[in-house]
Amino acid sequence: MPQLPLQFGTPINRRQFVKVAAGTSLSLTAFLAACGSTSTGSSLNSNGSANIEFLSVQQAGTGWPLILATITDQYARTHPGTTFKVDYIAQNNLNQQVQLLAGQGALPVLYNSPPPDLLAKLSKDGEVLDLESTFQQLGVSDQITPGAVSVLNKIFGSPLTQLPFELNVEGFWYNKQIFAQHSIQPPNTWDELVQICANLYQKGIQPLTASGIQGWPITRLIGNYIFRSLGPDALLNVKNGQAKLTDPPYVEAATAVANLGKHGYFGKGVATLDYTPALDLYLNGTAAMMYMGSWELRDFNDPTVNKIGADNVGFFPFPNVTGGAGNSSQTPMNAGQTTTVNKAKYNATVGQWLAYMVKNYGDVALQKEGAVTGFAVHNPPANLPALTTLVINLIKQTAQPVLWFEALFTTKATNISQQDAAPLVTGAMSPQAFMAAVQQANQS
Amino acid sequence: MEAMLRDRKAILVFVGPALLIYSVVILVPIIWSLVYTVFEGSVIGGFQFVGLHNYAELFSDPTFWQAFLFTVKYAVVVTIGQVGIGLLLALLYVFYLGKASPLIRTLVFFPVVLPTVAVAALFKKIFEITPTYGLVNSLLHVIHLDAWIQPWLGQAGSAFWVIAIMDIWRSMGFYGVLLFAGLVDIPAEIFESAKIDGASGWRMVRYIVLPLLAPILFSSFIFSINGTLKVFDSVLALTNGGPGQATTPLTLYMFTTAFSNGEYGYGSTIATALAIMCLFVTLLIFRSARQDVG
Repeated sequence: MPQLPLQFGTPINRRQFVKVAAGTSLSLTAFLAACGSTSTGSSLNSNGSANIEFLSVQQAGTGWPLILATITDQYARTHPGTTFKVDYIAQNNLNQQVQLLAGQGALPVLYNSPPPDLLAKLSKDGEVLDLESTFQQLGVSDQITPGAVSVLNKIFGSPLTQLPFELNVEGFWYNKQIFAQHSIQPPNTWDELVQICANLYQKGIQPLTASGIQGWPITRLIGNYIFRSLGPDALLNVKNGQAKLTDPPYVEAATAVANLGKHGYFGKGVATLDYTPALDLYLNGTAAMMYMGSWELRDFNDPTVNKIGADNVGFFPFPNVTGGAGNSSQTPMNAGQTTTVNKAKYNATVGQWLAYMVKNYGDVALQKEGAVTGFAVHNPPANLPALTTLVINLIKQTAQPVLWFEALFTTKATNISQQDAAPLVTGAMSPQAFMAAVQQANQS
Repeated sequence: MEAMLRDRKAILVFVGPALLIYSVVILVPIIWSLVYTVFEGSVIGGFQFVGLHNYAELFSDPTFWQAFLFTVKYAVVVTIGQVGIGLLLALLYVFYLGKASPLIRTLVFFPVVLPTVAVAALFKKIFEITPTYGLVNSLLHVIHLDAWIQPWLGQAGSAFWVIAIMDIWRSMGFYGVLLFAGLVDIPAEIFESAKIDGASGWRMVRYIVLPLLAPILFSSFIFSINGTLKVFDSVLALTNGGPGQATTPLTLYMFTTAFSNGEYGYGSTIATALAIMCLFVTLLIFRSARQDVG
């Protein structure tokens, strides 16, 4: 007699019950086992072509992934089978994702870098490639600009371990039309800047825009004030324990920036303003000035985004602080979100791709995205936008780059600083309390 | 069937897989987390034994106490709001809304099924000040109360109330339906005899409805208080704990400590404190429930 499948309401004997229960548990176990990942994260195919995987805070088809994909497509013409894949992770989840993958030995061959303190630990674990010696071996040391090397060494130390997919200068971008209408000249000193803010505010124009949610556009001002008043090594002294953020000259910087907020120069909703809406306030002509990095060139040069027009975008460096040890020729520079090559996944095939990539990145980035990078440019496009030329010249002229407020801080101190920037400029937190909180987080 | 379920082997096969999964998914991480509290470090930098240092740090950490107070204040306000308004809604459904009750129940329940992020985006827009005024500030502008226009989410005090209003609005429909189910379960004869005895309005609610609804009310309180003590997603989506750390609950503080700052040991210590707090509150509610209901 053939066995019929079990049906609801049909009585079952003990043996059948045990079979059903055991079968269910085995299926469940098999299902759970199948849920586990089978990826090995290998970057080498059996035929010798490279599989480049990139943990990136930018999505595939945009920014650096787009440029790398273009270069890899070109490379694959002579090295068939070479592939490029992007694993996207949101910027604020990067640190934990890197830690998670590193803990499992699953970091891909390229990954956006976590902060320097975390990167130092990864380096000890053999997951950071020494690019200085690698580039020497590959014969491409001259493909990275000296300015980029200088900035990267200041942040991450020597030897070079970071790929500079960006190289930025920072400063104040102003609306030329508003300045001309009110006969305002770009300021040379902080006091002049404050005076300009007061004039514009009185005339009903929002002087500055900044994102309080991001926090860093505000803390950048504190850092630069410190560099101008105490000199370019002022924050290195804090890192080395020779000075404290709670020392009066450092607190003075926080007070100066807090006063801008106290007088309402950032507008009413600075604490609730995110990056893009803050940027839009400048690009639609609502705000007269914005402290920002040159990575925004793409938006400045895009007429669909920039409603004031590229011709109306002016630049002035962070002004001097009267009687200060620093000066406005010390330009704040950064390499944006840098990228690390995973030593554990590096091999000769990846090396060939890497050499090809660094030889071409500068050109492709400038041609395709109008982006200025830390890589050498061999064939500059004939008609570069004026603002792009301005930035390239600024980078070339910068003899002494300076970093930013949190560049040498611990991850915790960076988070505290950027979180507390909004309460600082809304008056909910005193400059002393702000600096004390960051100092304490930096020590722990 | 009954004889079969008394068979120990059958019980083992039947309960074993569930117990195994429960142990792996729940118990092991809890024990693991407890072990982390006496260590400090990260998965890539390695862990060092620090004894009770993390617990000592917890007691002297002003941010922890700020987060603790926020969590307690939020839990009390939102629980009272969710269950209290839920009860009022249930009474409305049963005693005042006739045929319209199912429609109103559905409409009030609707926010429960909406994703938290979507609700948070909605409330961000409602309370926006820049680049354009949201609904609240626009209304204030229209009625010439410009002095009251403010960044509701940019100030600690008002941001707390926006989060509380959002979470009460989001969950009151759920508690309304839960208490409605308990209310319709009360035999109609009891209400009729209470009416004959002269009870109506508040006296009916105080002496008939509340005592008979007590078991479900207590369940609602336990659901709500434990849910609100563990609030995370709505705060993350609406204010991300800001401005500064003014609206940071313990869960978010634990998350940033462990995963953003890389302090896994201290993060686990905060998680342990939160677990003890939830346990304590649940025991307290059970204890009072036993006295009142049992």
